[in-house]
Amino acid sequence: MGNYALGAPRLPGPQPVDKSKVTDISRAQTGPLIQSGSSRLADRAFYFAILACGLCVLALVGLIIFELVTKSSLSWHAFGWKFFFQSDWDPVNDQYGALPFVYGTIVSSILALVLAVPLAVGVAVFITEMSPRWLRVPLAFTTELLAAIPSVIYGLWAIFVLVPLLREYVEPWLARYFGWSGLFEGAPYGIGMLAAGIILAIMVVPIISSITREVMTAVPQQQREAVLALGATRWEMIRTGVLRNARAGIMGGVILGLGRALGETMAVTMVIGNRPEIARSLFAPGYTMASVIANEFSEATGDLYLSALVEVGLALFIVTILVNMAAQLLVWTVTRGTPARANG
Amino acid sequence: MGVSIQVDKLNAWFGKTQALYDIDMKVEANHATAVIGPSGCGKSTFVRCLNRMHETIPEARATGRVRIGELDVYNGTSATQIRRRIGMVFQKPNPFPTMSIYDNVAAGLKLNGFRDRHRLDEIVERSLQLSALWDEVKDFLKKKSGASLSGGQQQRLCIARALAVQPQVLLMDEPCSALDPISTGKIEELIFQLKESFTIVIVTHNMQQASRVAEFTGFFLLGKLIEFDKTEKIFTNPSDKRTEDYITGRFG
Ligand SMILES: Nc1ncnc2c1ncn2[C@@H]1O[C@H](COP(=O)(O)OP(=O)(O)O)[C@@H](O)[C@H]1O
Ligand SMILES: [Mg+2]
Repeated sequence: MGNYALGAPRLPGPQPVDKSKVTDISRAQTGPLIQSGSSRLADRAFYFAILACGLCVLALVGLIIFELVTKSSLSWHAFGWKFFFQSDWDPVNDQYGALPFVYGTIVSSILALVLAVPLAVGVAVFITEMSPRWLRVPLAFTTELLAAIPSVIYGLWAIFVLVPLLREYVEPWLARYFGWSGLFEGAPYGIGMLAAGIILAIMVVPIISSITREVMTAVPQQQREAVLALGATRWEMIRTGVLRNARAGIMGGVILGLGRALGETMAVTMVIGNRPEIARSLFAPGYTMASVIANEFSEATGDLYLSALVEVGLALFIVTILVNMAAQLLVWTVTRGTPARANG
Repeated sequence: MGVSIQVDKLNAWFGKTQALYDIDMKVEANHATAVIGPSGCGKSTFVRCLNRMHETIPEARATGRVRIGELDVYNGTSATQIRRRIGMVFQKPNPFPTMSIYDNVAAGLKLNGFRDRHRLDEIVERSLQLSALWDEVKDFLKKKSGASLSGGQQQRLCIARALAVQPQVLLMDEPCSALDPISTGKIEELIFQLKESFTIVIVTHNMQQASRVAEFTGFFLLGKLIEFDKTEKIFTNPSDKRTEDYITGRFG
């Protein structure tokens, strides 16, 4: 830019014209206005680059599935479907049954949802409908922040705070008053299924509550007004005018949280006790699919052992993919404004 | 039976901006009163002050006196009580999409703790008949969602929903502006019948509509009630120049 030497300040207003940058219109009129030259080529290149990025993701998923399937075939041929219904996991005798892990994953996740859903919905309702305006953004931000904490940190917190709390106070209390249910009996170690469920609950609350918040905000103002105009109190308005309309989306958020809980590894591994047992009591230690892979993969010696672990991974992969797809679908239908079914 | 509405020195604000200035109006019982004026002049704000919907908007407030029959709206009565006495129909039909037609109509009563199923059936049927929708929906009352109906039907469903709580006054804020001419005709016919038993205040953008359905008309401009009189008088011989300009289409 020789024109703009140091001495010449850039002034507002008309500037000297750089002739080389001006298209001569008289020339342009002789041909098509938009030249199909290098720009077309760049367009093509861009298109293929983007396409490659998209395909990369697909290829990656494909490769993962391929790898999991081939690596687990040994175990699949040895045990077939029985693999998922047998409960002895015995590397010494090369006997593998994944039932305790499937059970542990399901129970800890369900426990997490039971604890997290009411809390998360409550947080979302408070933020969107009840909190004073100035508190809204900080609150939403803080709940979202919870999702960003690495799970090891949750695990550490659980070991140093949650587990002792459970061992000293919560579990003895539960055993005394609810021991009859069979869910809370045995020695209160602190570590075990209950601790895993609670830590998972804390981890999925931000997911569920941020999605709930989103779908609640998507409920049209007219719906709220319709309920209020009928003489509803604020709580009735929230229940009938907002939550009811948002329920499919909330369900989506819950399922998304479930997806997270199913696959969560680190924090769970740190507090669940890692014993492949199926016990009715939530105080008892357990094991999940994710944590058995994390724990035993590096020391799995035999081919069959390794293959069995990979098969556990494959099963986990398939389940989480399905769960996530269902969740996305639900959230998508709601935020797109498709009316949910009547009386569903 | 409808009751009269007495409005004295009603002022309304959105935050710091004033939307209504010293409105005085007496709405006759069992008649339809139209509220007309160019957009943004405060018509919606005015009717929303009558059932205290105005105050549901953050930072919105109102002062003055509004009496609905014996009831002092801004003094000694809760907003929820007021809204049960005064039904409201909005510009855009807003049935509850997750509820069946039946549940839409019953929604207000259920909110108020009404549980008698037999009576509920009766009231739902009567409300749908009043809103001239019964024959069109009676075969799938509990099967179809309120959102599955056409726009005009949805608006009549909303009218039925408002009528089911047995209000004394029905407020309608441009109830036909989202509807086609045939649906509009049906609703106008309906207003004609409804005013036998309710006091109706209808906001409208359409002056023909005002002259067709309302005995009284109030003309609003920039938050002030410029003129309030018999509809005939307003449209044939207005006393204010601004009213005349508006109805002859010189602005708005
Ligand atoms: N939610 C709101 N917040 C702030 N100002 C509003 C709001 N709704 C309406 N207003 C203002 O109040 C005035 C009256 O509005 P409104 O009663 O809706 O007019 P109309 O129904 O006659 O078109 C307008 O100037 C409008 O901009
Ligand atoms: Mg309006």
